[in-house]
Amino acid sequence: MTTVRTFVGNLGENWDRTVDRYNAQSKPVKILLTTLFTLFFFALPLLRPPVLTTEGIDFGSVMFRVAAFALVALGLNIVIGYAGLLDLGYVGFYAVGAYTTAVLTVYHGSWPFFLALPVAIVVTMITGVILGAPTLRVRGDYLAIVTLGFGEIIRICVTNIEWLGAAAGIKDIPHPNSIGPNPEGPFADKRGLFDIPRLEWDGLIPSLDHKRATHFLTFGSGDAIPYYWLLLTALLLVLFADRLIKASRVGRAWEATREDEDAAELMGVPTFKYKLMAFALGAAIGGMSGSFFASGQGGYINPQSFPLLLSMLFVAAVIVGGSGNRWGAIAGGALVAYLPERFREFADYRLFFFGLALTVLAVWRPEGLLPPRRTRRAKSVEAKIEALEEGEPV
Amino acid sequence: MIRSTKSLRSFAAIASIAALTLSACGSSDDDNKTDGGTTGAAAALCGKNIAFLGALTGDAGALGQNMVNGIKLALKENDAKNPDCKIGLKPFDSQGSPDVAPGLATQIINDDTIVGLVGPGFSGESLATGKTFYDAGLPSISPSATNVTITQQGWTTWHRVIGNDDAQGKADAKYLTETVGAKKVFVVDDGQDYSKGLAGTVKTALGDALVDSDQIAVKQTDMSAVVTKVKASGADAIFYGGYYTEAGLLAKALRQGGFTGTFMSGDGSEDAQFVKIAGAQAAEGAVLSAPAGPAPSGFEATGLYATQAYDATNIFLAAINGGAADGKAINDFIGSYVGDGVSGPVAFDDKGDIKETKIYAYFVKGGKLDVENPSPIE
Amino acid sequence: MDLGALFGNFDNFLSFTMGGLVFGAIYALIALGYTMVYGVLQLINFAHSEVFMFGTFAVAWVFVLLHGTESATWSLGKALPILLVALVAAMLVSAAIALLLERFAYRPLIKKNAPKLIALISAIGASFALSEAMGLRDRFAGWFGLDDNLADYVSPDKARDVYSNPVTIQPTNLFKIGGYSVSDVDLVIIVAALVMMIALDQIVRRTRFGRGIRATAQDPEAAALMGVNSTRVVQGTFLIGGLMAGAAATLYMMKIGSTRQDAGFILGVKAFTAAVMGGIGNLRGALLGGLLLGVMENWGAAVFGSEWRDVVAFVLLVLILLVRPSGLLGESLGKARA
Repeated sequence: MTTVRTFVGNLGENWDRTVDRYNAQSKPVKILLTTLFTLFFFALPLLRPPVLTTEGIDFGSVMFRVAAFALVALGLNIVIGYAGLLDLGYVGFYAVGAYTTAVLTVYHGSWPFFLALPVAIVVTMITGVILGAPTLRVRGDYLAIVTLGFGEIIRICVTNIEWLGAAAGIKDIPHPNSIGPNPEGPFADKRGLFDIPRLEWDGLIPSLDHKRATHFLTFGSGDAIPYYWLLLTALLLVLFADRLIKASRVGRAWEATREDEDAAELMGVPTFKYKLMAFALGAAIGGMSGSFFASGQGGYINPQSFPLLLSMLFVAAVIVGGSGNRWGAIAGGALVAYLPERFREFADYRLFFFGLALTVLAVWRPEGLLPPRRTRRAKSVEAKIEALEEGEPV
Repeated sequence: MIRSTKSLRSFAAIASIAALTLSACGSSDDDNKTDGGTTGAAAALCGKNIAFLGALTGDAGALGQNMVNGIKLALKENDAKNPDCKIGLKPFDSQGSPDVAPGLATQIINDDTIVGLVGPGFSGESLATGKTFYDAGLPSISPSATNVTITQQGWTTWHRVIGNDDAQGKADAKYLTETVGAKKVFVVDDGQDYSKGLAGTVKTALGDALVDSDQIAVKQTDMSAVVTKVKASGADAIFYGGYYTEAGLLAKALRQGGFTGTFMSGDGSEDAQFVKIAGAQAAEGAVLSAPAGPAPSGFEATGLYATQAYDATNIFLAAINGGAADGKAINDFIGSYVGDGVSGPVAFDDKGDIKETKIYAYFVKGGKLDVENPSPIE
Repeated sequence: MDLGALFGNFDNFLSFTMGGLVFGAIYALIALGYTMVYGVLQLINFAHSEVFMFGTFAVAWVFVLLHGTESATWSLGKALPILLVALVAAMLVSAAIALLLERFAYRPLIKKNAPKLIALISAIGASFALSEAMGLRDRFAGWFGLDDNLADYVSPDKARDVYSNPVTIQPTNLFKIGGYSVSDVDLVIIVAALVMMIALDQIVRRTRFGRGIRATAQDPEAAALMGVNSTRVVQGTFLIGGLMAGAAATLYMMKIGSTRQDAGFILGVKAFTAAVMGGIGNLRGALLGGLLLGVMENWGAAVFGSEWRDVVAFVLLVLILLVRPSGLLGESLGKARA
C-alpha cells in the first residue's frame, strides 16, 4: 500500500525525470524510442497482455473507446487545462461531429468517410464559435452551467428533429474505406490483404491465435482493432499539433489568460479572442472524435449516446489526469474509459466503485495524476515558503 | 502417430456423447412430448452457453433483469429435465447503450462456448450490433426490441418473439375508437424510439379521432403542462406511448387533474409497477395493451418481457436438444420453428418477425393489474 | 409554436402557471443547497442532487414503516401525521448525507487549498457513488443477510426500479380562481417553500450564525481572524442545504409519490440552473430563479410542446446571463445587507 502510495505520489516527478532523460538522448535514439513506444500502443490489442486485457468485453473495442476518450480529453484539455474555461457541455461537440458525419455519409448524402471527417471538424469548430461568442463573455462558473445547457439543447434537438433521425437515431453509417476485399455477410472466406493473428495467453505462456485474426485493413463489423488504429493515428496527429500550438504565442496567451485575465488584458493580450480560439479548437477535436465514433464498428448513433453524464466524465478525465498536461489528459481519458470495462466482473458495483475512486483520487491527489510541470514547481515553492514562515530550516 | 491419437480422441468423444444421449433418453422418457427432437440425434452443444445482451445495470437495468429471470427460469427447467445436457447463461451488460454493445457483441462472437443470443434488449443495441452477429452467423432472438426497421436490414440471423410496433398500434387505435367509443383521443409519447413508433402508428390509425398530441421527456416528473393540454383539448381518451414510470405519473396527474376519460398505453407500461406509481385509484380502469397473452399461473419470472425471454430461450433449448450442432443449424431450426410459448404462439416469417401477433388488452381492476384475464383485441 | 395554447384561455393560462409555480417552489428549495455552498465556498456542490434523492427515499420508507406496503389513497388531512414524521426523517437523512459529503468529499480538499475544479470532480464522484449506493441497496442489505427482512425497503432485484410511496395523497380542491381550482397539495407546497425560504433568509440576516456565514462568504481569511470558526460555518451551510433538500424531498413525494436512485439528477441540474438564474450565492435569487424557471418551463411546454421545455429553460438562462451577467438579483451571500 505504501509503495503504491509513494509510486503514485511521485508519479509526476518520475514522469518529469523520464521526459528529461528522453530529451537528453541523441536524435537517433529518440526516434527509435518514439517508434517503439508508438508501435507498442498500435500492437496492444493484438498483444492482449494478461491482466491488462478486459475479460467480459472485447479488448479491441475497449481500446477503441479508450482512444476516443483520450482524443476527447486532449481536446477538452485545451479548453480547461490551457485556457481555464470550465466546459460542462463538451458532449455537445462530440454529438455535432458524430451527427454531421452521419448526416453526410448516409442520412442525406453518401459521402465517403474521409471526406465527411474534415467537414465534421469544420462544422463543429463553427458551432464552437457560435456558442462561444456570446457565452465566453460570461465569467467563471457561469460558463459551466451555460455550456451544460448547451449540451442538453443539442441532445434535445437531435432527439426531436426528424431531419436528424430523431430518437430512432441514424443507422448504417458507412465504415471508413477498407484496403483489400471486404465481402459482406456471414461465412465469407477472405477479408483484407493479409491476416494478423493475435496472441492468446495461457497464464504467462503466449500462443498465436490464427482463428481470430485481424484482417489488414478492413473496417468490418466483427473487429474493432482497425478502427482503433485509425483513431490512434488521429490521436498522434492531434498530439503533435497540440505540442506545436502550446509552445507558440497562442499557448502563452492562453496561459496568461487562465492565470489572470485582467492582467493579461492589460498587457495587450486580446483575451476574448484567445478564449474563443481555445473553445473552437477544443470543439473541433471533440467533433473529430465524434466523427470517428459515428463511423465506428456499430455504425449507429442515437441521442442516448450523448447524455449529460458523458460531459461530466470528460471533465473528470481531464482533471483526474492532470489538467494542463497533455499526457495527463490522455492518461485520464484512457482511465475513465478503461476502468469501468476492465472491472466488468464487479457488474452492478462498478459505477459505484468508479464514483468512489473519483472522489478518493480527487481528495488524495488534487493536482491530478500527471500535473503540468508548472503546477508542481509552484507547489514545491509554496511548500518552501510555508516552511520558511514556520521558521523551520528548508 | 499424431493422427492416430486424434482419431482415438474423437472416437472417445463420440462414444461418450452416445453414452450421454442414451442415458438422457432413458431418464427423460416421460417428458418426451415437449422435446421430442432429442430421440436419436445427439445433442452436440451440451454444456455450451446462451448469451444475453442487454441492460442489467443503469436506467433500464430493471427490464434486463426481468429478461434474465425469464432466461434463468427456462434454463433451470431444462437442467431439471435434461440433467445431462445443461446449458449455461452468459449475461453481457450493455447498460442499454448502443455505444457499448458492439464491443460486447465482438466478445460474444469470439466466445466459442456461446451458441445463441437472447437479445439484444433494445432497438438501439440491435441496430448497432445486428451486422456483427449477422457477419459472424450467430443466431439471435430478441425478447423486446420492437423497432420496425430492424428486420428490414436483411440480417437473416436476427429474430424477435415480440410483435413490432405496427400491429399493436393499429389494434390499440381500433380498440379506443370502437370498443371504448372514444371520439377525441389525445396521444402522448416520451420521445424514445419505441414510444414514438407506437404512438405514431396509433396517431395514423386514429385518423379524425386524434384531437391533439404532445411529447414528454423520459424521467420527466412534472406532468402539469400535459394535463392542462389534455383537459383543454376536451379529449375523452388518452393514449400514452412509453414505459411504465412516466405512464404511471401521467395517469396519476391526469386523474388528480380531473380527467375522467379512458387511459390507455402499450406493452412498455404493462407492468405491476404502473399501478404502484399511479396509485390504485388513479390507475383503476386503465387499459394496457401487449402483444403477449397472460403468463400461465404459477409462472415464476415476473415483470415486463420475462415471458418473451423465457420463450426465446426455450426455442434455443429445443434447437440444441434437437441435435443442432452449429450456428447455421440452430438458425435454420429457429426459422422453421412453430410452437406455443407462454407469451403466445411463436413462428417466424422470413425476415425474423414473429408471424402471428395477438394483441391483448390488460385491465387495471380493483387496484391491481389483472394479468390473468386480458381480452384479445386483434 | 402555439401562443393560443397559453394565452387563449385564462383558465388554461392559470393552470400552466400554477403547475409551474409548484415545481418552481421545489426547484427553489433544492437550489438553496447549491447557492449556499457556492456563496461560502465558491464550489459547485454537484452531489447535492443525491442529498435530495436520499430524502425522497426517506419519505417513502417512513410511509412503508408506519402504514405498510398496502396501496391506499388518502386525503392530505389523513396523511398529515405520517407526512410530518416523514418530513422530519427526510430532513434528517438529507442533512446527514450533506454532512457526510462535506466531511469526506470537500473538507480534505478545502484544507489542502486545492483548485476549485478538483472539488467538482470529487463531487461528481460522490454523486455517482451515492446514487449507485441507493440503486444497490438490496445488495448491501444482502451482505448482512438483511435483504429478506428489509425486502419492503430495499426491494430485492428491483432496487434499480421505481420505488413508490404506497400511500397516494389525493389532492382536494380548495377554491377556484376563475375556472381553475387550486388544490390543497399545490397550495401547501408553495406556501411551505415560501415560509422556509423566508425563515432561512431571516436566519442568515439576523442571527449570529448567519453573520458568520456572511462574513466567511465575503472574506474567509478576515472572518477567521475575527474569530469565526470557518469549519463550523461550512458545516452549517451544508446542514442547512441538506435540511432544505429534505423538505423539498417531502413536498416532491407528496406531489409525485415515487422516486428512483437517479431521481435527483435532473432536478439537481434544474435547481442549479435556477440558482444561477437568480444569482448564485443569493438566497432570494434562488427563490426567484426557481419560481421563474418552473413557470417558464410550463409556458414553454404550452407554446412549443413539452419536448422543448428544457430547451426553453436553458435558452432563458443564457439570455438572462447575457443581460445580467451575475444573475437576476446579483451574486454573493456576503453582500446581503444585515
